[in-house]
Amino acid sequence: MGAREVVLRLEGITKRFGKLTANDDVGFALHRGEVLALLGENGAGKTTLMNILFGHYTADAGTVEVFGQALPPGAPGAALAAGVGMVHQHFTLAGNMTVLENILLGTRPLLAPGLGRAAARARVEQLSRDFGLAVHPDAKVKTLSVGERQRVEILKALYRDARILILDEPTAVLTPQESDALFETLKKAVAQGLSIIFISHKLHEVTAVSDRVIVLRHGRVVGEVATDQTDRHRIAEMMVGAEVALPHPALGTPGAALMELRDVSTPPEGNRTGLRRVTLSLKAGQITGLAGVSGNGQGALADLVSGLIAPDSGELRVAGQTVAGWSPRAALAAGVGRIPEDRHATGSIADFTLTENAVLEGYARPPFSRAGWMDWTRARAHAEGIIEKYDVRCPGPEARIRLLSGGNMQKLILGRALEAGPKIILANQPVRGLDIGALTYVQECLIAARDAGAAVLLISEDLDEIRALSDVIHVMSEGRLSPEFPRGSKTPAELGQWMAGQGFSDAA
Amino acid sequence: MRLEPVAAPGLARTLGLPALAIAATVVVASALAMLAGANPFATLGLIVKGAAGSKFAALETLNRATPLIFTGLAVAVAFRAKLWNIGAEAQLYAGALMTVLIGTQMGLPGPVAIPAMAIAAVLAGALVLLGPVLLKVRLGVDEVVTTLLFNFIMLLFISMLLEGPLKDPMGMGWPKSEAIPRDARLPRIVDGLRLHWGFGLALISAVVVWVIQVKTTLGYEIRAVGQNPQAARFASIPVGRVMVKTALLSGGLAALAGFSEVAGLKGNLTLDLSPGFGYTGIVVAMLALLHPLGVVVSALFVAGIFVGADSMSRAAEVPTYIADISVATALLFMVLAILLTRFRVVRG
Repeated sequence: MGAREVVLRLEGITKRFGKLTANDDVGFALHRGEVLALLGENGAGKTTLMNILFGHYTADAGTVEVFGQALPPGAPGAALAAGVGMVHQHFTLAGNMTVLENILLGTRPLLAPGLGRAAARARVEQLSRDFGLAVHPDAKVKTLSVGERQRVEILKALYRDARILILDEPTAVLTPQESDALFETLKKAVAQGLSIIFISHKLHEVTAVSDRVIVLRHGRVVGEVATDQTDRHRIAEMMVGAEVALPHPALGTPGAALMELRDVSTPPEGNRTGLRRVTLSLKAGQITGLAGVSGNGQGALADLVSGLIAPDSGELRVAGQTVAGWSPRAALAAGVGRIPEDRHATGSIADFTLTENAVLEGYARPPFSRAGWMDWTRARAHAEGIIEKYDVRCPGPEARIRLLSGGNMQKLILGRALEAGPKIILANQPVRGLDIGALTYVQECLIAARDAGAAVLLISEDLDEIRALSDVIHVMSEGRLSPEFPRGSKTPAELGQWMAGQGFSDAA
Repeated sequence: MRLEPVAAPGLARTLGLPALAIAATVVVASALAMLAGANPFATLGLIVKGAAGSKFAALETLNRATPLIFTGLAVAVAFRAKLWNIGAEAQLYAGALMTVLIGTQMGLPGPVAIPAMAIAAVLAGALVLLGPVLLKVRLGVDEVVTTLLFNFIMLLFISMLLEGPLKDPMGMGWPKSEAIPRDARLPRIVDGLRLHWGFGLALISAVVVWVIQVKTTLGYEIRAVGQNPQAARFASIPVGRVMVKTALLSGGLAALAGFSEVAGLKGNLTLDLSPGFGYTGIVVAMLALLHPLGVVVSALFVAGIFVGADSMSRAAEVPTYIADISVATALLFMVLAILLTRFRVVRG
């Protein structure tokens, strides 16, 4: 491998944001015809590194070389011109234009109508055959599935003669089957001499697709290893700096159904999928896991359980009673503890103190307020209790919550929910982006709450997490809910088929 | 050049930068005075002397600050909830109108008339802002547009009344209302001096608003809604209802400016009752960083510049526009100072 041509070289890249060092002396080389996996937890510095490569940020120190030529710092477009193509996590496509138009967009002057269109189409068709990227050039992008849109993004890069392809978390939005198709494409690309950087934090994909792995942690390169000379455990250790093990809790003992949905439908909101006749029963002493590719109705279900939306049709029952006037306040009164998906935007108020955030859900009632007056002494004592019990690392209860790391913020939100003594707990992506210590702690708290008799709904895109923690599993696809599967009764591949929409009786 | 957030700005930063902004304002104002052919130091001295150099001058500044405290508070309360009330001018005139109606038409004895006028004014101001805020909460109509346009509607409406049913028959044809009787006027704080109890009411209002913001559930709700409506809604705060309550409070405060000007100073309603107090209230609130007690300080500052510049222009023959420019410059520098308190400029 060492003999092969180096196509991209990063040397000594350092980037600081205030006190935070996002990249610390990062350097590596990418060779022709290789798939290099860039691995790291959220916040490890992967995205910053790519932004430097593409000139969106200027590094404080270090150089970037593409095919032996140094890239000018801070010049977006230089990397593109040098043959580096990037497929972002969030696609940059115009939905009301066709696939071909999207690919051509920006490659030619606006006032050259139609010229060379036939040639361009032939080239796109050729590329999609060569690389196994089946997609119709005249289809409007908005009618395409997520997997197809990603193919358009890759075609776009290839059409611009990219020789180096960077994929940022490409499988985050794909079903396991779509991911496999993507890996086939990558193999074909490599066979044609392209070089690929594959950014991910999913270990099994990295071992499946890459030739070499580089692990980033806290902005530094902490490991570099050939994929065939290592295994997932070793890589995981490098990523987190310690042996990682998912918990293996014993099965819970299910009790009465505390919350039931019967044939519940909700309308789609904007481009968000609604619920389609969902029937679900959350039982005391049980963790119900909800698997699925994000954007398939999990958001609507979470909003329904938290009280933000009410059923459009169908019935929502809490403790055996049909609810009327469902709202966040009604949900809290009914004993629903909520851990929202986005702890920054929904779960907390950045410029409020820990004390103010700790009473966000309970501020309107005693002991935190009486007759319209806040009792800040009680509120501060409550916050101090959570900080102590849930080990929230912070300067104190009067510090603004924006100063906290994601893990500590999540612990405060978790403590806020659990200290209210919830009977039903909604945990929506509770450990996303957390470091290993906080992650394990949050999972243990959820298991403890289950053992104490709470009904837990765990929503996660991480199939491994769902399979390890849940007593029963449902899969969501396009707003529909699969039947209940006991833990261990389905393989990941079988769950993947449900995620792709196979097996539902009312096929779309 | 980029901006990077400062995690915990120190005391030097939070106090030094605003002080620097004031200093920069003085420099700009002096430069303008020089352009107008006057000695900048003398001009500056005349402004300070005109604003606070004598008992008369100082009282005049306090008088001028009174409506600005009310409108500044109205804006600060609303902006805190990110409710962009640009219509304090309309709410002020609504308050003034109710004051004149109650004061001239009902024939109430003084001790009853004064609270009745104040309450009616508050209700009218609140009502004026209720429409735009309901449109915002229910239909998503931009309140910047509706409250701004309401200012013109209200002025034309008042103009119609002053030319018609409310026109003072003894007014020599001028568009002005009858004056409210002497015993229904706000008493002077000190006998023989022009300062009336409207100023006292303004100070009390500032303290009350401050207490509401930091001690009550409503204040907590207002701040939460303003900072992050999505998180507030998730946390069971009724966002729409909080917006409506904020609007009632804000409109009521602005209306008190009209009440205080009519019942304390002018006695009757004219179309030039407010030389833009509603709009200047926005400047006052922004200079005070929306802090209710800060509003008192910034209202005194702005009023001082206006009163001082008036007197200076008579003495030094420099146009009074210098006051408007100084206030605008102060605001721009202050906004910059606030930005630089929370962010530092980094190259690259």
